[in-house]
Amino acid sequence: MTTTTRLDHGLRAENLSLGYDGADIIQNLSLTIPNARVTSIIGPNGCGKSTLLRGLGRLLAPRSGEVILDGVPLAGQSTRQIATRISVLPQSPVAPSGLTVADLVSRGRHPRQKWYQQFSPADESVVEDALRATDILDLADTPIEDLSGGQRQRAWISMTLAQETGILLLDEPTTYLDLAHQVDVLELVRRLNREHGRTVVMVLHDISLAARYSDHIVAMKDGRIQAQGSPADVVTSDRLLNVFGLHAEVVSEPTDGRPHVIPLGHSG
Amino acid sequence: MTLLQKDRTPSATSIRVLRAGPVSVRLNLRTVLVGCVLGVVLLAAMGLHVAFGGTPMAYPDVLRALLGDDTNSRIHLAVTEFRAPRMMAAVIVGAALATAGAITQTVARNPLASPDLLGVTAGASLGAVTVLVVADGGHAGLSGFAATVGMPAAAFGAGIVSGVAVYLLAYRRGLDSYRLVLAGLGISGLAASLTTWILTLGDVTSAAQALTWMTGSLNGKDWATVQPMALSAGVLIIAALFSSRWLLLTSLGEDTAIGLGARIGVIRLTVLTIAVLLASVATVTAGPVAFVALASPQIARSLTASVIPPVGVSALVGAVFVLLSDTVAANALSAPLPVGVATAVVGAPFLIHLILKYQRRLS
Repeated sequence: MTTTTRLDHGLRAENLSLGYDGADIIQNLSLTIPNARVTSIIGPNGCGKSTLLRGLGRLLAPRSGEVILDGVPLAGQSTRQIATRISVLPQSPVAPSGLTVADLVSRGRHPRQKWYQQFSPADESVVEDALRATDILDLADTPIEDLSGGQRQRAWISMTLAQETGILLLDEPTTYLDLAHQVDVLELVRRLNREHGRTVVMVLHDISLAARYSDHIVAMKDGRIQAQGSPADVVTSDRLLNVFGLHAEVVSEPTDGRPHVIPLGHSG
Repeated sequence: MTLLQKDRTPSATSIRVLRAGPVSVRLNLRTVLVGCVLGVVLLAAMGLHVAFGGTPMAYPDVLRALLGDDTNSRIHLAVTEFRAPRMMAAVIVGAALATAGAITQTVARNPLASPDLLGVTAGASLGAVTVLVVADGGHAGLSGFAATVGMPAAAFGAGIVSGVAVYLLAYRRGLDSYRLVLAGLGISGLAASLTTWILTLGDVTSAAQALTWMTGSLNGKDWATVQPMALSAGVLIIAALFSSRWLLLTSLGEDTAIGLGARIGVIRLTVLTIAVLLASVATVTAGPVAFVALASPQIARSLTASVIPPVGVSALVGAVFVLLSDTVAANALSAPLPVGVATAVVGAPFLIHLILKYQRRLS
């Protein structure tokens, strides 16, 4: 390693504990997110994967420990500053009825705007680019509620693109979508990573899709990280039994050799 | 400098912007247009109110009196000392309630979440009635310290306490709009029963006064009571106008707003404080005038086809609503009615309409 200047570049969690009302959901978790890679967090329901993502995106304040962005704890930065470097797509986001796609996407410029500077020519071109990148430019003036599930998800991703951040956090971006639209969204996510070197962290339910579209997999159970690494290293039948309690066979995809899960049944 | 330019490429968005140098302001042409029309309607309604707010007066005489042309001293006195302050009070009450409603409905993401339903006006009433009855002005009504400082302070205080109580009861990991409405109904009920109990403590005269006040009445307003209210409502409405940009962010939900760099806790606290203060100002001025805060923002939203109720247009609608209601209430029957009766006659069906519409959307 010769590059020491960029040593502390990126997002990581250090001894992070997170929770809502009662006991901690996540305790003393440390994790470094690989830069310019797609990372998926997988695990059974209630394992704390969404909680972890919310913690990384400062939607949930740590009970102890810290989340560190480019060497500086998030707690010491203004939420507006953070919003120029991390964008977050929450689980099932809501928009008031009648809000158009363009209006929603333009809200992504908020962290860079002032009250007397509500929509500069630069903002305008960024919004257009974001609409184009997600292939919804022709839907710009359509109300969000008139879109299909897949289009709606692309509109929300487009809003996070308009934020022009290097890091993108997506909480279950494929929930409620049919398989074709799930693949559509994940192709988009991978393209955004490949073309612009964006760091992506997402919570996914489908292990095979996670393996297929991620460079790095974090498997969680009971608020702890059970394993992390490349899809081939993490997605094995032993681990599926251990983490999900699922008897499954893992085969290599004929096309790209990535692991694919064939479920056999739930363990006792 | 480019004015009112649409985006360069024809395929792009319909977001309209007013730009001058580094300054750029987003505009909705329809909102601006509706605002201008309502401004004219407001002026007409103000004139109508002064002319017909009691014994009818000839329009030219009213105008002359307002412009200070002292030809008929009796009409001049009636206009400047009685009608004009009452008209101003109607404008303040309408604009303040409507602005408060626009804020609470947006933050709660629920068209039913007006200050009436969130316990603020009921709380403010409790505070005011307590002072009315305990200070016991008798036939002369309240006077001196109790009237100028005591009653407004009590209404403000109790309105804020109720607002905070509802907020705390509804807050669990975020603001759920059902919890907010339920907590609001609960606190309103509590405040209303306490008010009834307080009423039984006073003598008949002050209880009757308090009851009239509680229907929402603009009777007996003079400049001394109207001026401080106009000042505080004006400042608060300007503050609300400046917070419009925040309001749309809160309507996107807590997580998205934080993700976009909004300090959601501070924003909510600020705008809800503005709303509670405005509702209290209105309640101090005229009692809990029903349904104005509920209906005006939704009417403004429909007129402008906006996503959330626009603050400025809501204020104009509210002012016109109360002015017209008071004019009608003064003339409809042989005896003049309190303005709250007229707003309720219009507002109650509107509430039912909203509930049905909201339910259809959910099912």
